Amino acid sequence: MKHIKSIETKHHEERDAFFEGLRRLDRRGFMKLAGLSAGIVAAKSLITPHSFQLVSVADAAPSARPRFTFAYISDTHLYKKELNDRFVRSILRAVDDVNRLDPQPDFVLFGGDLAQLGKKEELDLGREILKSVKAPVRMMVGEHDWFLDMGEHWRTNFGEPQYSFDHKGVHFVTLLSVNEKDFWTERGMTPEERMQTVAGLDNGVQSRFEVGAAGREWLKQDLARVDKKTPLIVFSHSPLYKYYRPWNFWTEDADEIQALLKPFENVTVIHGHTHQMLSNQIGNIQFHGMLSTAWPWPYAPEGLPSLTVQMNRADPFSNFDGCGDGRFDVTAEGLADKLYNLWDRDPVTVRSSYLASKGKKDRPAATKLPSY
Amino acid sequence: MNARKTSGIVALGALGLLSLGAASAKDASTPGTSPAPATHQVPRSAEGNVVIALCDGETTLEVKGVKDPAQIDKKQAQDISDQLMAEWHRKNPQANWDPVPPRVALAQPPTPPPAAKSDVKKQGESAASDAAAVARQKGDQEQAGHTYGAFGARDEALWKASAEQMVKEGHRVFHDSKELGSTVAISCDMCHPDGANTHPETYPKYQVQLGRVALLRDMVNWCIENPVRGKPLAEDDPRMKAMEAYIFAQRKGVKLEYGKH
Repeated sequence: MKHIKSIETKHHEERDAFFEGLRRLDRRGFMKLAGLSAGIVAAKSLITPHSFQLVSVADAAPSARPRFTFAYISDTHLYKKELNDRFVRSILRAVDDVNRLDPQPDFVLFGGDLAQLGKKEELDLGREILKSVKAPVRMMVGEHDWFLDMGEHWRTNFGEPQYSFDHKGVHFVTLLSVNEKDFWTERGMTPEERMQTVAGLDNGVQSRFEVGAAGREWLKQDLARVDKKTPLIVFSHSPLYKYYRPWNFWTEDADEIQALLKPFENVTVIHGHTHQMLSNQIGNIQFHGMLSTAWPWPYAPEGLPSLTVQMNRADPFSNFDGCGDGRFDVTAEGLADKLYNLWDRDPVTVRSSYLASKGKKDRPAATKLPSY
Repeated sequence: MNARKTSGIVALGALGLLSLGAASAKDASTPGTSPAPATHQVPRSAEGNVVIALCDGETTLEVKGVKDPAQIDKKQAQDISDQLMAEWHRKNPQANWDPVPPRVALAQPPTPPPAAKSDVKKQGESAASDAAAVARQKGDQEQAGHTYGAFGARDEALWKASAEQMVKEGHRVFHDSKELGSTVAISCDMCHPDGANTHPETYPKYQVQLGRVALLRDMVNWCIENPVRGKPLAEDDPRMKAMEAYIFAQRKGVKLEYGKH
């Protein structure tokens, strides 16, 4: 029986073959092909041999084939399942999302705040759910995971909170950036009170986040053996820059960390914690803030990085609006194009070239609705 | 029923007791315009304690151990009030409230400002008072202090403290999932740190998702029912009032844009 292909299948086969051919071309050959294609269009007013325009495709070609991709899930804030199934449904949705990615990401980074109040059952529930992710999962700590037992149960479940690894020519570092100075001892707080205080965003009692002297020393040692030309991707829970202090969208020793990252040619810092679309570029360092699966946060009244493509105000009547997960396509030079997979909205891609050009190139379409 | 006594006890309630203090003795001895009890001699305390005089012109109460009326807290003030009231009732066993004269309820409605009579302006009717006109008159006609009563700095301090107390209570409720009746351990601050994204200055407004015009408290209740998963609060629930106070306090100075969005 004759095998019949649908129009869509034919189109995609043709498209894939075209990009494969394009990838093998050097620049001169590409220009020749592009010129030929444009010439045919101009001369004959006909469609090109391919079903899509070569000239317009030239823009998209560089990022069409990333070096590799990884996915990002963050800030699930799990309570006990019986208590709050809403947040459980959200993380399950994120797990489904990354399991449906085709091709599969090389790994999934969990960006911290797995638990809401650092309880054993919350962390265990998260571990169980994340077991169903097909790709390997790498974990990071958030303040909600930590301050009940100062990381004891998290370590039991997931190992050391600060580590590095190399993957396909990129050096990855996962930092513990949510250390706080001791504010609880002199106040005589119980572990529960300490956790509750850190969990509150708008209280002035807690200290500010920091990587801390020991963490910085570890990072220094780790980076000492990495070539400066190697692309660097750093994961932290809190942003490694100073955004808004009253809500702890803040890392106290961010400047010192940035100084350690500065000598490297291509540096990307990816963080959770802020529950909102956030982009920043400081010197050669690109910063990407990622979404929460649990709830979105409003932008802070001041300090918002100017390169941020703002999401407009989430619809409170939709459980999932303003929440989501994400994916990173690591480009040939080792920077990262990020995709915000906003549930119940169109996805938004923010390219590394947009950040590197300080917003001049590849500006993503922004909403005209207010973001407050 | 003695009309003088009635007005006296009403005044006691209205003053909340605290405006009478050690200084009352002097006030009471000053001949007033009214023919009534100019003879009420408030005794001075031998120990310098505060003495409180009831407006009936005869009853007094010494507050043991208190030299400064500002030291009297709310609870103690209520106790003093209760004691004086009990004493008055003892003296006036047949006392009964006079009916409220109907004329009070028939007050003329205020004359609408000229702006309200004119055609609707391009930007819509303004809810703002004519503050600009007041500013224009500043200098030659502006008076210092309040123009509607004799209130001192202490009164103002009390009002401010009372308002702040309510805001503080609102802050507590806003941050306390148990107080909100949440069944899923969610409190308001989790999505609205510092009351952000509540924009109370835009209410009332048509809330598309509800299909009707909503007040701030309607949205507060919506949040309590949905993300917080609790039972909606009654409109006069003290927790609701306190939360409104907190939310408005967080937006102090923000331009009123009622009906926006």
